[in-house]
Amino acid sequence: MIEKNIAPDLSVLFAGKIHSPNPFWLASAPPTNCGDQVMRAFDAGWGGAVWKTLGDPIVNVSSRYSSVDWNGQRMMGLNNIELITDRPLETNLREIADVKKRYPKHALIASLMVESKREAWHKIVQQSEDAGADGLELNFGCPHGMSERGMGSAVGQVPEYAEMITSWVKEKARTPVLVKLTPNITDIRTVARAAKRGGADGLSAINTINSITGIDLDTFTPRPNVDGKSSHGGYCGPAVKPIALNMVEQVQSDPDAALPLSGIGGISDWRDAVEFILLGCSTVQVCTAVMHYGYRIIEEMTDGLANWMTEKGFSKISDFEGKSLSRVQEWKHLNLNYKIVARIHEEKCIGCQLCYTACWDGAHQCIHMDRGGQAAYAAAGHIGAHATPAMREAQSREVVAVTPIPKLDHAAQGNGGEPYSTPLARIPRVDESECVGCNLCYLVCPVPGCITMEQIDLGLPSQSWEQRTASAANPPISSPIKGRNCD
Amino acid sequence: MTTEPPANPDLLARFPDLHPPLDHPSALTEADRCLYCFDAPCTAACPTHIDVPRFIKKIAQGNLRGSALTILDANILGASCSRVCPVDVLCEGACVYHRYNKQPIEIGRLQRFAMDRFLQNGASLPKKSAGTKPGRVACIGAGPASLSCATELRQQGFSVTVFEQKPLPGGLNTYGVAEYKLRSADSLREVEMIRSLGVEFRFGEEITASMLARLEKQFDAIFLGVGLGAMHKLGIADEGHAGVTNALDFIARYKTGHNLTVGRHVVVIGAGNTAIDAARAARRLGAEFVQILYRRDKKHIAAFSFEYDQAREEGVEFRWWTQPVAIHFSADRSAIQSIECAAIKLSADGTLDRVPGSEFRIACDTLIPAIGQSPLLAFLETLRGVKVEHGRVQIDRVTGQTGNPKYFAGGDCVNGGREVVDAVADGKRSALAIIRILEAAHD
Repeated sequence: MIEKNIAPDLSVLFAGKIHSPNPFWLASAPPTNCGDQVMRAFDAGWGGAVWKTLGDPIVNVSSRYSSVDWNGQRMMGLNNIELITDRPLETNLREIADVKKRYPKHALIASLMVESKREAWHKIVQQSEDAGADGLELNFGCPHGMSERGMGSAVGQVPEYAEMITSWVKEKARTPVLVKLTPNITDIRTVARAAKRGGADGLSAINTINSITGIDLDTFTPRPNVDGKSSHGGYCGPAVKPIALNMVEQVQSDPDAALPLSGIGGISDWRDAVEFILLGCSTVQVCTAVMHYGYRIIEEMTDGLANWMTEKGFSKISDFEGKSLSRVQEWKHLNLNYKIVARIHEEKCIGCQLCYTACWDGAHQCIHMDRGGQAAYAAAGHIGAHATPAMREAQSREVVAVTPIPKLDHAAQGNGGEPYSTPLARIPRVDESECVGCNLCYLVCPVPGCITMEQIDLGLPSQSWEQRTASAANPPISSPIKGRNCD
Repeated sequence: MTTEPPANPDLLARFPDLHPPLDHPSALTEADRCLYCFDAPCTAACPTHIDVPRFIKKIAQGNLRGSALTILDANILGASCSRVCPVDVLCEGACVYHRYNKQPIEIGRLQRFAMDRFLQNGASLPKKSAGTKPGRVACIGAGPASLSCATELRQQGFSVTVFEQKPLPGGLNTYGVAEYKLRSADSLREVEMIRSLGVEFRFGEEITASMLARLEKQFDAIFLGVGLGAMHKLGIADEGHAGVTNALDFIARYKTGHNLTVGRHVVVIGAGNTAIDAARAARRLGAEFVQILYRRDKKHIAAFSFEYDQAREEGVEFRWWTQPVAIHFSADRSAIQSIECAAIKLSADGTLDRVPGSEFRIACDTLIPAIGQSPLLAFLETLRGVKVEHGRVQIDRVTGQTGNPKYFAGGDCVNGGREVVDAVADGKRSALAIIRILEAAHD
């Protein structure tokens, strides 16, 4: 444990060579389009920036972005069809040199994408390093536009190409070379291994995911609309984080692929960043959250990370880097004798019955509305013994309800001796003998701490599916739990 | 059909919406907050069982017509109910958020949002039934109970005629609801939507025993949605003076634009919701001093507590344990000058007694009695087989059927004076029962 009043050290040394005052980098994207932006970002507190991809000049379209909103929240996911930088290479190189001169302690990475020719790659590597870049990120991931011209994900989807180009770059590079991986591939490890074979010093993952975010229901044109047509884009933002975390874990758990990794994909706050680091990332890259709220979000990120580290007793980032990797296993190694059940804490229940309908329609019919004083409780069997949700609802609609007017009703005040603030008749009951511990009720419950998942001691030693099926004494059975599973 | 009272800018200015409408972004934000409870308590609490989570979900999903039709399917007066319902003791009072972050969903305002859009877009109701079915029903009174009954019957293909004594339809929605809750014009617009279904209206029809006898021959069933009768008298001398106006007449006069004047010193007698509506209206019409006199104290008032709070905020004063005993006039008796009051005390046996020698006068130029409506006893008792007890028509709660199987009843004449939404629920239940009978008879 460190002293609580000593601030943890957030600085990182990526791939043994790239110094960064904190693990938060801006991903190669619109927020790193020009020197002025990158310097403002560094002023705000960002530790590093990966410059908007350099390459041969392109022309962009308008519009370029579209998003997925959810339940009143904007930009749960963001999609773009913007290409690499549309500024002259000389301008970008001059500004890189300028930024590096003014901010020598920050990490500045040049993202690169040129046609698949050795000389072209050699040239851009030389130019970038001459400008002062601390490292190079090879953009093998861009899924739209550039891929049609044989670049971006067209390279990143073919391990042989990725390996070849990485090796060309390594012939020339003096700074660390990161390969940015595309998720638009069946197994991301194949390209990660190729990059490693090609000599890459590090990886970045993930790039954006092929997407069509939505369609205008009046014009029938998908978004973003470019003169009545659209094109698939690259999806990013909070929605992609789980996909990114899984791919990061896959890469870092594979000895043939694992390298220093800069994690990317929907990182919006310090907690997301911690999760990527726990799965083996040394730095993280952020784009969508900055596009949404601006560079200022870095303060909450570094502050949240530092406070969490202090609370947990971590003095430096490497103290927890990769800490969760060993806890991700193949399903066959999970303990079949671990049993949890849902408990509803009546005093917190507000009676929304979302757990009830979720359990009946989406899970295993183990939550019942039978606490209304009837004896059905004791006689409870499984499904057949209970009224269905539709029957319960129909019953409620049959009730003749009137506006309560004290003077007309002479109504008794108070809650009628109810033990909880929610009437007992509206508090669901879990049939623990039938509960499979799937978590669904706990996930849908809007009240924190109202439903908890409690461990039941089965009195059995830990046993995985692999162990069970390997054991002569326990021949395989068709399904591990009560003959019901949730495919 | 009927002529609407002209929109009066002065009235609009003095009676702005108590709960202003939600704009679209606010409605979406609020709709997104809804948890979409299963077997939702808000729906159970609503006498018409509007599927609240469903209509809110449809707002969130941009299906505003679907949202309005979900509301109207349960409650044809969804627009007026969204404004006049005491949501604090109904849907919003039942919202599970009271037990979580304490901010219930603004169901009333969301319902108004959906209904306003529906009415703005032409208010075209879908037909529930093709063609006309044999069966004719008369609805007596054009208030909420009859309108609801008539709509359900008409939508299912039956012929309905509504008979009303007054010149305008809507009952208390048109004549008796405080203007800051519901405007007469909005009530009439809602009735117009019902009329467009093909419901026939006859106005100026005196409801008498002989008229009912005639209707019995012409119609297969008769629904009584007659409401309550005249307001109770105070039982003191000179009540007939022009300076005395009962609360319902007072409200009807300003709502219909006939009289927007009020004195400086207004005294309202009684502490129910109608008394408060009248007192608040008097304030808005310019009265400087408005006092509510009640012969008990706050614990016993019939008004909802939020009504009391709002009246206090608006400057209405309450005098408890006080009863008027005499009216004093100017020398020429043209105007009221003061009200003589007596203090009241609760005796040991529970009766309310006047305290001797406690008399005092309070300045007053306008006296507004608001101590409840009397039942239409004389009229109801002439109906053969329709049982009336304590001034209320006795019905089967589920079918609305009275002791005379041809007669059904609902609304205030049954429940003694509740809310619009209760009347709508009664009317619809009766309609469904009548339909079952008519369909069985014509099978």
